[in-house]
Amino acid sequence: MMDEEMEVNENVKKVMFVMRKAPHGSIYSYEGLETVLITAAYEQDMTMVFVGDGVFALVKGQDTTDIGIKGFIKTYGALEHYDVEKIYVDRVSMEERGLTPDDFAIDVEVKEAEEIAALMEEQHATIPY
Amino acid sequence: MLHMVNKSPFSNSALEEAARIASKGSPILLIEDGVYAARAGTSFAPKLADILKDHPVYVLTPDLKARAVDKLVEGVEQVDYSGFVDLVEKDKVHSWV
Repeated sequence: MMDEEMEVNENVKKVMFVMRKAPHGSIYSYEGLETVLITAAYEQDMTMVFVGDGVFALVKGQDTTDIGIKGFIKTYGALEHYDVEKIYVDRVSMEERGLTPDDFAIDVEVKEAEEIAALMEEQHATIPY
Repeated sequence: MLHMVNKSPFSNSALEEAARIASKGSPILLIEDGVYAARAGTSFAPKLADILKDHPVYVLTPDLKARAVDKLVEGVEQVDYSGFVDLVEKDKVHSWV
């Protein structure tokens, strides 16, 4: 039983998704979120970090009705149900874009560049989106 | 961790974000349109000189030759394909695509 549990733990990889694209100008942002949810279903140790224009994906109040696409800001709300709780935003990217944590649709933790770098180094894999 | 950038710094913020986030001392490898960042005499060259204070910067020679980038910012190191493989094998890699 003990061995079995250890084996399961060894199969858990630390995976970080680095989100750097705005939400509607390309498919990256949406595909990234979908991939996070799929990967999380395999119970991996997930982290999402939003850098650059990636932070725009989290802004609340997005209404895509008139551009004829479904929009996926609500999907971010599903992350907590998949136990994806490490959701970080690069402070400089946020501030450059005139945003504060209150502007985001979900709870995030604001991180300094050095903290993000340290987190990247400890991952088994970092996936760019 | 090796940070790879394949976008021109004149059209994309990938290199500036990579350089700002990457741990001090982590190498940066410029490939494809990323090599334009290494060209001497551009408006980006002073920024690359700043990046070089914190990170070794490598540039892929075949991509330089293909784009006729023949004058490089001082301190940038050229690698061929086997040098590229050596860098990638040494550590984990993140691509700032």
